[in-house]
Amino acid sequence: MTAPLRHTVLRSATKEVVLGADRPFCVIGERINPTGRPVLQAALREGDLSIIAKDVASQVAGGADVLDINMGVPLTDEAELLVKAITMVQGLTDLPICIDSSVVEALEAGLAAYQGRALVNSVTAEDDRLAAILPLVKKYDAAVVALPNDEDEIPMEAEKRLVLTEKIVRVATEEYGIAIEDIVIDPLAMPIGADSTVGRETLATIRGIRERWGLNTTCGASNVSFGMPHRHAINAAWLPLAMSAGMTSAIMDARTPQVVDAVRAADLLLGNDEWGMSWIAAHRARQAAEAAAGGP
Amino acid sequence: MTPDDILKGLYDETLVGNAPAVLDLTHQALAMDMMPGDLLFEALIPALEEVGARFERGDFFVPEMLIAGRAMAGSMEVLRPLLADTGVQTIGRFLMGTVKGDVHDIGKNLVNIMLEGAGFEVIDLGVQVAPEKFVAAIEEHQPDIVGFSAFLTTTMPMFKANMNALEKAGLRESVIVMVGGAPVTQEYADAVGADGYASDASATVKRAKALLHERRARVSA
Repeated sequence: MTAPLRHTVLRSATKEVVLGADRPFCVIGERINPTGRPVLQAALREGDLSIIAKDVASQVAGGADVLDINMGVPLTDEAELLVKAITMVQGLTDLPICIDSSVVEALEAGLAAYQGRALVNSVTAEDDRLAAILPLVKKYDAAVVALPNDEDEIPMEAEKRLVLTEKIVRVATEEYGIAIEDIVIDPLAMPIGADSTVGRETLATIRGIRERWGLNTTCGASNVSFGMPHRHAINAAWLPLAMSAGMTSAIMDARTPQVVDAVRAADLLLGNDEWGMSWIAAHRARQAAEAAAGGP
Repeated sequence: MTPDDILKGLYDETLVGNAPAVLDLTHQALAMDMMPGDLLFEALIPALEEVGARFERGDFFVPEMLIAGRAMAGSMEVLRPLLADTGVQTIGRFLMGTVKGDVHDIGKNLVNIMLEGAGFEVIDLGVQVAPEKFVAAIEEHQPDIVGFSAFLTTTMPMFKANMNALEKAGLRESVIVMVGGAPVTQEYADAVGADGYASDASATVKRAKALLHERRARVSA
């Protein structure tokens, strides 16, 4: 008994992106985030958002389908910054946005400012987080990324993660009236360098989520390679493995062709790029760009 | 094997994270009446220092750090009671915990390994450590340094809550406070009134040693 595949619809004012196992993988561009970027942090603290425009351009050029925006700068008004950034990014691109914050007030302000149907990143299975964030998801008709960890632990076993996924699905649909297809689970891709079993458990989690609920899934793609050398190659192997298990999107840096190409090749091989038209079109675009750059 | 061979073997096997060999050599050394303190200070700690140096240079990676730490920990389980019996002092006692509301521990565990590798006695309170639990543990263990770890921008404010709890319990002056975690910055550490911040495991060891040195210089002056 396998659950039907779900489609999660995200929108900007003018563009729609659909997540689903029978659709091309959704690349959520991750770079618009000040964590670990002191220069961007300092600029944002001064109210200077100009670096963001470059990040948006490079993520779009790299083939992002959705853009993740995180404005978590310590000691600033995150809500205000997030609203500014969302408004600015929506003026630069028509890609839908994934609003990324753990601050409830910032999420609410961001959702209120956003034009379209956003993806909220994220909620966990903790009771107080569910109670704070799910009403916003409902109120603003958004979709939501949910992490199956609770106040006690980040469970390492797939079965425990599925138990928490069950809780998230139950609470979101029964208590808050959120449509099941608007729940996107992040199965918690942990660093393989810290524990050699995490890849296996995460793949088992993805398969379980797909079989039991048919839900869409996402992950922080670069998490798995933390602390290892030659990270792009690990990420480029990870995503097709995860896609084969049912993963339908990832929050990733679209500027890395090695990883984006791996995803698009996997789309083709999994039958989600009919006649390879997207693969061939990307090849032609690259040829044209090379010719333009090297031409007379 | 001579004692020198044992020390060299302990160093080499710890460096590559061969836990069974390290444990075996530890037992051999003790059977030869070698001093537990010598094993610690002349083999295990130098090996972990080398691990840290290689990690910092980008020559060593997270799994190598973890297995070296595990190899040392296996030996320390045997040595710890003997060290206490022979009156060997650690360089300092470090109380560590991930703040309340936060269940992330990979970074914290790496820091613990490097601290132990540098000769600190580390008491790890785990994750989800509430302010009152930090206070109780400081009173119980009398650490030189307490470390607060947070991985989320939403849990970082617990640093300030912990500081307030320490103030209220009259413990703030008795312990050095260090903070760290992915989103934490020096600025943020300053803003909450911490004594020290470091951006990774190796830097934490250096900063911890420096802070301890300053504190002891001040106390003895």
